[in-house]
Order: sequence, then C-alpha cells, then structure tokens
Amino acid sequence: MRFFVDTLSLGLTQGAVFALIALGYTLVYGIIELINFAHGDVFTIGAFIGLNLIALFGMQTWSPALLIPGLILLFAITMALNGLLGVLIERVAYRPLRNAPRLAPLITAVGMSFVLEGVLFLIKGPNQIAYPNLFPGGSISLGFASVGETNLIIIVLTAILMIGLQQFIQRTNVGRAMRATAQDRDAARLMGININRIIAITFFIGSALAAAGGIIYGFYNESISFDLGFRSGLIAFTAAVFGGIGNVVGASLGGFIIGLILAFADSYTTWGLQWADVVVFSILILVLVFRPTGLLGMRVPEK
Amino acid sequence: MTTKAQPPPPPRPRSRSPIGRLRQLGSGWLRTFMRAKRAPYIVLLIILILFPFIDTNQGHIDVAQDAGRWILLALGLNIVVGYAGLLDLGYAAFFAIGSYAYAMLASGQFNLHVPFWILLVASAFVAALFGVILGAPTLRLRGDYLAIVTLGFGEIVPRVFRNSSKYTGGVNGIVGVDQPSLPHVLGFPGYKFLFNPVPYYYVILTVLVVSILLIVNLRNSRLGRAWMAIREDEVAAASTGINTVTTKLLAFAMGASFSGFAGTYYTAKLFLVTPESFSFIVSVTVLIMIVLGGMGNIVGVIVGSLIIYFLISYVLVQLPGWLTSLQASVNLPFLNNVDLGAFAQNSKYLIFGIILVAIMLLRPQGLIPSAQRKVELELGIQEEAVADLRGSA
Repeated sequence: MRFFVDTLSLGLTQGAVFALIALGYTLVYGIIELINFAHGDVFTIGAFIGLNLIALFGMQTWSPALLIPGLILLFAITMALNGLLGVLIERVAYRPLRNAPRLAPLITAVGMSFVLEGVLFLIKGPNQIAYPNLFPGGSISLGFASVGETNLIIIVLTAILMIGLQQFIQRTNVGRAMRATAQDRDAARLMGININRIIAITFFIGSALAAAGGIIYGFYNESISFDLGFRSGLIAFTAAVFGGIGNVVGASLGGFIIGLILAFADSYTTWGLQWADVVVFSILILVLVFRPTGLLGMRVPEK
Repeated sequence: MTTKAQPPPPPRPRSRSPIGRLRQLGSGWLRTFMRAKRAPYIVLLIILILFPFIDTNQGHIDVAQDAGRWILLALGLNIVVGYAGLLDLGYAAFFAIGSYAYAMLASGQFNLHVPFWILLVASAFVAALFGVILGAPTLRLRGDYLAIVTLGFGEIVPRVFRNSSKYTGGVNGIVGVDQPSLPHVLGFPGYKFLFNPVPYYYVILTVLVVSILLIVNLRNSRLGRAWMAIREDEVAAASTGINTVTTKLLAFAMGASFSGFAGTYYTAKLFLVTPESFSFIVSVTVLIMIVLGGMGNIVGVIVGSLIIYFLISYVLVQLPGWLTSLQASVNLPFLNNVDLGAFAQNSKYLIFGIILVAIMLLRPQGLIPSAQRKVELELGIQEEAVADLRGSA
C-alpha cells in the first residue's frame, strides 16, 4: 500500500508538470493550429529563469515566514518573464509566417526549439545543474502510507492554475475572444477582435504555465539540464494529444494520465525504466491513428 | 528547372531489334537526361570519377564519400518534404533501420553473413516497408500530425535498438560488421574493400548518379506531378482523382528507402553501429540541408548538403582553434578570461536553429530554389488573408 501511494503521488506530481506544459501546446494549437515545437524549450527556460531568480534573491536562506510570499512572487515574476519570451517568439518567428504554407511555420518552430536549446547550451553547458527545493520537504502520515508535502503542494498548485485558466477562458472577455478566435479566426476579426493581441495573449499564458511547470520540475527533481525540454515537451505533447488537442481540460487530464502511466511502468515492471519512453511515444502514435480527437477532443482533424 | 508542360512525344513505331527495344524502354529517362543542359554535368561527373586519381590523399576521399552519404540522405528526404510537402522529423529512424539491418544480417551477431550488395538493396526495401507501416495509418492525418508522429517514431527506433541488447548489442552496438568485397567471378580476382575509402567513394558515386537520374525522372512523371499537386492543395488534388493517401505513402516509402540504403552503406563503411548515431540531431541536420539548399530542387539540395556538411565537419571543428589563436593574437585583456574555444564548440545547436529560422523567414525557397516552390512560398506569404487559412495548404 505504501508503495502504491508513493507511486501514485509520483505519477500525479510528474503528471502535473506534463499537464502544465501540455496546456501550452493545446492552447496554441487550438488557436493557430501550430505545433509549437519550441514550447518544450520554453519550459526549460522557465525553469532556468526561476533558478536564476532564486539565486539573485538568495531565497534559499529566507525564513519560512518570508518564504510564502516570496514563492508567490517568484512564480509570478518567472511566469511573467517567460510569458513575454513566448510573446517575443510568436512575434519574431511565427507571426510573419501566419499565412505561409503550413510547412513553413512548422520548420520555423523546429528551428526556434534549436535556437533556445542552443542558447541554453552556450550559457549553461551540457551538465545537470542542481536546483534547490524551496517547498517543505517533510511528509504527512496517513497511517497506512505517507505523502510528501512537496508532492501535495505541487498537485494543489497545479490544480489552482488549471482552474484559474479554465475560469479565465470561460468567464472573461479575453477568454471568450480566445474561444472565438479558435473557432473561426476571420469571423472573430469581423466581430472586432484584435486577432494579433489574442494570439499574443495565448502564447503568454502558455509560456507562463510552462514556466510554473519548469520551477515545479526543478523543485521536485532538484536538477535540470539544457535539453530537458525535448523529452518533456514530447511527452507533454503526447498528453495534449491524448486528452484531445485544443481541449484545455483534456490536456490537464492527459498530463496526469501520462504521468501515472510513466510512474507505474517505472515502479511495477522490470522493463519500465528502459521502455517507458517507448511506451509513451507508442501511445502518441496509436492515439493519433485510432482516435485523433483524443479522449475529450471535439475538434475533428480535417484530414 | 522550368515547369512548362512538355508536349507529349508522338508514339514511335515499335522497334524489332532487341537493342532498339531496350532503347525504347529506357527512352523516358534518357530523354529527360538529354533535355537537361547536360554538358556541365557530364564534365562534373568525369571530374568526380577521376577524383581519386587526381587527389590521392585518402583522407580527402574519405571526406568526399561521407559527404556523398549525406547527399543521399538529403535527396531522399527531399522527396518527402520537398516534393510531397510532408514534414518527416524522424528520418534518422529509417537510417537506423537500414544500419541495423546490415549489422544484424552481416556480422558475427547471429553468425549470418549476407553479402553487402544484396543487403544494400534489401535494406532499402526494409526501410520502405517500415515507412509504409508507419505511414499507412498516419498519412490520413493532417500534415502537422505527421511531423509529430515521425518525431515520436524517430525517438522510439533508436531506443528499441538500444534496449534490445540481446539482439543488437545494446548501448555498445554491433562492432565488426562484414566489409564489402567484390566476388571473384569469370577470372576477375575479387577485391576486398577493407578500410580503403576509394571503393566506397565509387559505390556512393554510382548510387548518387543512379538516384539523381531516378529522381529527375520521378519528378516529371505522373507520380511526381501528383506529389506537387498534393503539396499545393490537397483537396484540389483529391478532386482531380489523385489518390492522396497512396501517393503520399509512395513518397514516404521512397524517402525511407533512400535512408535505409544510406544506413547500410554507412554501417559497412564505419565497420560498426551504435544506437547513439541516430538521434534527433541527424534528422534535423538532413532537414537543414534541404531547407537551406532549396526544397524540391535537386541542385539546391546537393549544394545545401555540401554547405552544411562543410559547416559541421570542418568549420565547427576548426572554429575553436581559429578563435583561440585570434584571441591570442589580438591579446585584449578582457577577452583572456573568456573561453571562446568552448563557446564555438557549443554553438552547433544555436547555429542550426538560426539557419532554420532565418531561411524560413527571409528566403523560404532556399538558396537555389525550385521555381515552382518559390512561387508557392512567396505567394503564400504575400496573400492577404481572405479565405479560410486553415485549409490544407
């Protein structure tokens, strides 16, 4: 039982990170139908921005009373900075190609991914870099098992972000404009929606959520490296497809499910450690082949 | 490359002599070959044939044959991306399949020793088969889904080879594969390739010449025109009676077969295979070659391959040395603490990324564009958004 709960909390925790990345894929895909290959690396950069801010403020030595507002501030600043990075990438690399043949922005996205990875590689080098965990490291006993406080905080924090996003999309005017743009860009423009602004906001939100995922990843795994985003990005994209790309709830659900699959394969099978990635990527292919709309997707691919 | 439609030639009377019939059989590609302004190409070919006699430095010939392998990979991917407009990000997977097919069937691994020449052709078919297996279900999906499916496939294949250590030697791969040789038949004494790069050079040169003739012919064939029609407008192509799935599948399988072919060649030349040689960077390198040179144009693709090959195998290798010597000669105090050598060594990802983004933004048709592709890409960009942009352009 103890082992099961451990695996469950591991799965949900890493699933939370995948879900936060997957939201960025799904938002951008929903609105401009572009697979933003650079998104995984935006996530890595978010993690590094967080790390640098922690070092800048010397947050590791802060007293616990100060740490709670400090952490909120850390997340807010990192998410804002990373959101701006996402907007910048869209402005420089994707907007000029919005009306180009489909291949062009896809190739640019692959290129952007390499640019971001290249910059990180130049600055940070190829090695794993240690990351402090500022969340409390204790664990809460449930009698039959115990759950790490870090895990619990991560899951609650992710849930808050997801509910916030869902409310934002459903309740606010900007959210409504996002949905309208996703549905029919030209009609939305005729209704007076500033399409460029809405797309920029979408990139901002996606990148900000990825930044939150990046800090969480760093806290939980306690080390990061420049090429983190490639594997994480591909797994998160699988999660987005699994849940139904373009669907915000689906991406969250997909992230948690993929996280659980990885955790249980790791813990309960002898082959898990070696083959888990192969399983995940096979899921990606199988879902695309047999149910391209995903678990909850309503958006039917044109071809 | 003009895209003018050629008037169909009048049917010639059937020749009675066997040689005449043979000539008629091959007349299609022969005509294509003749139509091209062939003189400079023939001169170039003669120079390439004589190259090992002009330059007896074996190191240079080794470089030439390796560049030839990259050109072969780029020509294959060009069929998929350049002609059919399908983004294949897992091209290295087929390269890996070709490599392992040779390494497993011609080494001490299973004590099988199938001759190189048979496997060279067979592995192309094996890779094409995997292309069909992967493509048949996924080519019905939209283009950008294909990109991610191939990316996933490209990640799966090397992992499978790495993890199935029982059959593939695992992380260490398979060392000591058979080296090609010419059999001794009809009094010919036979010849072992060993580690001499010259015979490999001739193999790759022959393969390239045949491939280029084949591709030129394909492009102008019914199939080639169907590929381009799909690339420009899939719905319109389908409504003119093109079976889009089969046509795309053929492009995908053909591109894969080139990669498999190159894989067998590469493994035989290298004498070993390891799963680390087939990472995502290989797929992207080939993609950069064709994007830089000009998607859909054979000359462009070859030039692009040579430029990128030169960049990765010479410039990036020498750059750290150049920069450190420059640093020493300039002798600016504030530069002395900066390790420019390491900086240059680590810049490969960044350079690749910048090339891809810059080309797509500034000159999407590539350095030497295909005329048709250029019109598509430029019109596509200048066109004001009036219609539904989410079409399958």
